[in-house]
Amino acid sequence: MADKKLTPEDIAGIKYSPAERDWMDPTVEFKKGTYVYSAPLKDQQMLQLPNPRQWNPLDEDWKLPENWKQIILEAMKDRMDKFRSWKLFLDICVRCGACADKCHFFIGSGDPKNMPVMRAELLRSVYRKYFTAGGKVFGRLGGARELDEKVIKEWYYYFYQCTECRRCSVYCPYGIDTCEITMMGRELLNAVGCSNEWVVSPASNCFRTGNHLGVPPHAMKQSLESAADDVFAVTGIRVDVPINRKGAEILFVTPSADYFATPAWYTLMGYLMLFHEIGLDYTFSTYASEGGNFGLFHSADIAKSLNSKIYAEAKRLGVKWILGGECGHMWRVMHQYMDTFNGTADFLEQPVSPLTGARFENAASTRMVHICEFTADLIHNHKLKLDPSRNNKWKVTFHDSCNPARSMGLLDEPRYIINNTCNYFYEMPENTIRERTFCCGGGAGLGSDENMEMRLRGGYPRANAVKYVQEKHGVNVLACICAIDKAVFPPLLEYWVPGVETAGVHELVGNALIMQGEKTRETDLRGDPLNNVGKNEGGTNVV
Amino acid sequence: MTGKKVLIPLGAVIGLVLLAVLFFQVAGLHYFVLIILPYICGAIFFAGLIYRVIRWAQSPVPFHIPTVCGQEKSLPWIKQDKLGSPSNWLQVTGRMLMEIFLFRSLFRNSKVEHAPEARLVYGGNRWLWLGGLAFHVSLFIILFRHLRFFTEPVFAPVLWMSDLDGLLQLAIPTLFITDIIILIALIYLFTRRVVFAQVRFISLPSDYLALFLIMGVAISGVLMRSVFKVDLTYVKELAMSIIRFDPVVSGAIGLPFFIHIILACTLIAYFPFSKMMHAAGILFSPTRNLLNNSRMKRHINPWNHPVRVHTYAEYEDEFRNQMKKVGLPVETDETGSK
Repeated sequence: MADKKLTPEDIAGIKYSPAERDWMDPTVEFKKGTYVYSAPLKDQQMLQLPNPRQWNPLDEDWKLPENWKQIILEAMKDRMDKFRSWKLFLDICVRCGACADKCHFFIGSGDPKNMPVMRAELLRSVYRKYFTAGGKVFGRLGGARELDEKVIKEWYYYFYQCTECRRCSVYCPYGIDTCEITMMGRELLNAVGCSNEWVVSPASNCFRTGNHLGVPPHAMKQSLESAADDVFAVTGIRVDVPINRKGAEILFVTPSADYFATPAWYTLMGYLMLFHEIGLDYTFSTYASEGGNFGLFHSADIAKSLNSKIYAEAKRLGVKWILGGECGHMWRVMHQYMDTFNGTADFLEQPVSPLTGARFENAASTRMVHICEFTADLIHNHKLKLDPSRNNKWKVTFHDSCNPARSMGLLDEPRYIINNTCNYFYEMPENTIRERTFCCGGGAGLGSDENMEMRLRGGYPRANAVKYVQEKHGVNVLACICAIDKAVFPPLLEYWVPGVETAGVHELVGNALIMQGEKTRETDLRGDPLNNVGKNEGGTNVV
Repeated sequence: MTGKKVLIPLGAVIGLVLLAVLFFQVAGLHYFVLIILPYICGAIFFAGLIYRVIRWAQSPVPFHIPTVCGQEKSLPWIKQDKLGSPSNWLQVTGRMLMEIFLFRSLFRNSKVEHAPEARLVYGGNRWLWLGGLAFHVSLFIILFRHLRFFTEPVFAPVLWMSDLDGLLQLAIPTLFITDIIILIALIYLFTRRVVFAQVRFISLPSDYLALFLIMGVAISGVLMRSVFKVDLTYVKELAMSIIRFDPVVSGAIGLPFFIHIILACTLIAYFPFSKMMHAAGILFSPTRNLLNNSRMKRHINPWNHPVRVHTYAEYEDEFRNQMKKVGLPVETDETGSK
């Protein structure tokens, strides 16, 4: 990639028929653009990770601790005793191959070890060798192989070529979830001090400052106020930005990218406008200033540690319930892990919309509601005045972010919002949306720039489906509800589908929302003129 | 290399057949093969099965991780996908039954292909689903038919099933429909493993071993009935005596049955230690058997150990001055004063 630009023809030339080769011999080549850097020492130390050290995947010697093999095998045993999923998934795969071509990394790279079944076999082969009679007796014939340093390197390479998107799990006849496999693979690597910078540095920042980007409280305040200024510039309305306010009814938690990076920034503006318009009694928090949780991409313990701030802060501020912004893996944690990690939340109240009186029964225990559920309910109950024509320049398609789709089933709420705030909405082909959605290619800690070739490859199936609706319907914006999407898609789409922008669903809400006392809007939230409908989107015919 | 992965398991099964031929020649070994071996292998099967299931059950399900395949239950006016995102026991039972009996997830299978103009397309690919289902349904019916050897008087539905399965016998005597289907399905399952490069790449010798063993059992069974005409009354007497724990070898039982029983015994003894345990494993799969209700009801992790956290107090201690400067409220005015 570094030398030669990756082209659609390169991908079209990939044969999904791997050449005959014995995968049991660990072969891994750390090529520029296809792997992630190792975690800096200071961040390993901040999180007190085991066997901390400076090392580099390109080095021959990874400076593994002396008893690394024993550490790995003990960690395997420990996880088998703690996670039924893992134990079961090591045992019951029949290698039918249904998962093989469901992985965006396999589709984009053709590397047979990116077939989900192979990713798991990289671990299973070691499991058989040390934990099953068949593997001990028959060795390779029994599907077993020796654990050596090359295997560790192979694990590092391939467990950081999985975005834990769970697409393969949809197709597996036993529901084997490669996300569980990868999570455990990473836990094993962590145990011997092999972790990834793009995971550990944000997690370390989040531990200390409350958010992945390491934004300290005063800077966060400035940032939110500057978003309020931007809202003022567009609408002429001065919106409040309540922060760390005790006694608010609702704690609002959103990924830090929303107040630090575009295009997530416009989503933040949308939230601020919405909350102002409905007079929501809410607060941001600087301590719990991160909805996302990169700990999830590291280990259950770090995930739990970072997540603990949400309930702790809700308790300290004395709110009634929690509202969460647009984010993918954040909602995996909030929906499937938070209550288990850090519940119970009985100091909170069961969420009720102060505007419509709707009780969010589906959040009765965790007491945290997704912003799309909240807004869809507002729209359904006619609490918002919307002018979808303000989004007329957008021909919208919706990308189901992996986690809200496959871990929550949040599918129709965002579509309902889009349909009420936009006039032009087109679905991508059915094999690429809803529970079959394709990952952006940069989730689970793979979104770093040094990994760009793999990101482009992994994101190709999604981009290819976007290209289809671009050509068929003139789609020019990909709406999504995930902060990683909002960071990963702009370069990905610029590369594969120039002319298609990325937007949060609440940016579209902000554009369409008619606010009381607003001035005549001349621009959308991006500052682009509103009347410039049908302007040449450009870029589609780049040679 | 694939050759080796296929030939060694094939050799092993052929070896078992030869062993059966050898044992058949030695009269003194008949009692062992017909009586002792079934008991040993049956014991291994049940003990192994229970052991494996208990081992799985011993590990907790710490987190609530269903793979959701449809719209969640959220607002009352949004239509929930009750099978893809079950929120009560009835619905999840439905989901599981659809998985177990209809292989619903496999039914989704597609195949990625390159279309002109660098387009990726995902065409339906249901052959594996069809082949898998044909194999498993036939196997189930065949096993069910075998109950006629183990019940006296024969359980009536077994006879009905045999009659139904034997409809073709009007044209081809002594051949059951399921015999044909299972053999075709097995040939398909084997062929795809060696022909399709993806599956060939991932296949292990044990994948072939399972196929060859089952093929061996099926072929010897079919031959027993249609070609060698083994006297089934002796077989039935033997089977009944075994399950009554009063074993007798009452009459002359031919070589085909000898082969059949040795292969079948090997298969059931191997079962608990093989991938065939997916049959029990599917019931335990947390991505399928859990409700999508993790925000409605708290899921308990039995080992939910405490972890190191960064408390608000520690956080405020670090950032208090800056917070005060920009007018953010603080809990205490000075470090450590509370």
